[in-house]
Amino acid sequence: MLGNAQVSAAIRVSRAYGPVVEGEAVVSEEGFSPRYDLDRWTGLITKPGHKLEGTNIKDKVCFFPTAKGGIAAGWAFFDIKWKKIAPKAFIFGVTNPVMVQGAVFAGITITEGWAPHPREAVKTGDWVRVDPAAKTIEVLRRA
Amino acid sequence: MELTPEEQGMLAGDRGEAVKKAVEYQIEVGRFWGAKRFVPVTNVHMMGDIEVMGDGGLEWLQGTAKLGGRCVVGTTTNARCIDFAQCKRIGQDEGEAVKEKALIATLQRMNVVTTDTCINYQTVYQPHLGEHVAWGDTGTVIYANSVFGARSNFESGPAALAAGITGRTPAYGFHLDEHRKGTFTVELNAKLDDLADWGAVGKLVGESHQNYYAVPVFHGQRRAPGADELKHLGAALASYGSMGMFHMVGVTPEAPSVEAALAGNTPTDRMAIGDAEIESVYRGYKLGDGDARLVVFSGPQQSLFEMKLLAELFDGRKVAAGGSVFVTTNNQILSQSRQLGYAQKLEAAGVTILEGVCFYILQNLSPMRIANKWTNMVSNSAKIVNIIGAHRFNTILRRTRDCVEIACSGTLK
Repeated sequence: MLGNAQVSAAIRVSRAYGPVVEGEAVVSEEGFSPRYDLDRWTGLITKPGHKLEGTNIKDKVCFFPTAKGGIAAGWAFFDIKWKKIAPKAFIFGVTNPVMVQGAVFAGITITEGWAPHPREAVKTGDWVRVDPAAKTIEVLRRA
Repeated sequence: MELTPEEQGMLAGDRGEAVKKAVEYQIEVGRFWGAKRFVPVTNVHMMGDIEVMGDGGLEWLQGTAKLGGRCVVGTTTNARCIDFAQCKRIGQDEGEAVKEKALIATLQRMNVVTTDTCINYQTVYQPHLGEHVAWGDTGTVIYANSVFGARSNFESGPAALAAGITGRTPAYGFHLDEHRKGTFTVELNAKLDDLADWGAVGKLVGESHQNYYAVPVFHGQRRAPGADELKHLGAALASYGSMGMFHMVGVTPEAPSVEAALAGNTPTDRMAIGDAEIESVYRGYKLGDGDARLVVFSGPQQSLFEMKLLAELFDGRKVAAGGSVFVTTNNQILSQSRQLGYAQKLEAAGVTILEGVCFYILQNLSPMRIANKWTNMVSNSAKIVNIIGAHRFNTILRRTRDCVEIACSGTLK
């Protein structure tokens, strides 16, 4: 565990839904669509050239700056939850209604809007805690 | 959210368990977006196919039907993932086809009209200015908001189905005046004489402004685009930019002028697109190993005029040996294309016409790619070259005539 000062390092989010979750952070510089970018049988990001190509999002807390596309997320999130390859949470800088509709339908924690930017507070591999009711994300352990 | 007595009754279970669950779900989504109330909708268009829903989604749907889930407003379906007549020939899984048929039967029991089309706005239902609808497939939503002046958010499959069951949707996003104002301007100073050119505009504008609530205001276009051109523009904006609305001065109903479209907003950006920018889009695609054996006209499905044009371009020609050309459209357009002889001309050239599907959502597409050793996919649709990436195609956008030439010559340029 980190010292208290570091544990309190937190991101505030603007909007949030879902249960409190903890997990390993994956911080992306590129947006995300479960239809365009994700292999929905393995949980791997497979779109050639995606900045997270080869990363598995299963059980992760995924930070994406934007949402891409696409109506399919509504069913796709439920599908990956059913297949037990879903992430713990989606943390978006800017998202769209489909991502929210899909996450609510699947019972996956989702947030939108952040301050400060995750690149200033979280690194891939850090262990983070998302509290939608409090609208906060805390870093519990550094990678 | 403020609920009417009728909505409070739904929440209390007065209209059964399926309605109660649907309205509870909608309230959670509405709460996230700060919706204050529901708005009644007159039409719903939903995505629902076995490829995206999976076994879990099918089981949920069948459970909802058993609870009495039934749509109370006109509800249609988006393109599906299996062509039943040709699934074996093109390499689709017959077991999944059985599930897809079960899914369709379930939707029909729920009072859904299974049109299997992503161009409902061209062939099924054209909402009027200000009409609230709940549509899914992003291309349908951006067309509804922009070209018709109707009002819809992106409604995913479960959200659209919930809207069909309750007859309403939470009032946020493009249902509200405040989100329909233009946020930046785009001057069009290019020839734009092919469908792919309009898609290229959508790519340029969408990629650089990814935001659902970004609303471009196009102006300066040399002529008013037709419905298919607006279709490709909108589909690309939605695909690359996740955008749900655009204005075009003198073309779309809420944009008599740039000022009116901005409605008091100060533009966050002023873009200009000329012929050089369009050409740079085409030059930006890597040709990979030069594989020219897969050419696709899909995403969105082809309109009757697109079918006519393709029939003219392929007339008397043959797809190069070893090549595959796919055209997708809906049952209505295909039936009329047969009546008019367009389909026969395409098939005589060796083109495969798939009905009721879209290429990028085809069930088993990755194994089909591997079995056929396809590496590249060439298309005149900027949308499909963007969205098929997870299947590991190297994609290349080309103009319609160039696509036909590539298909018939077997040479990629």
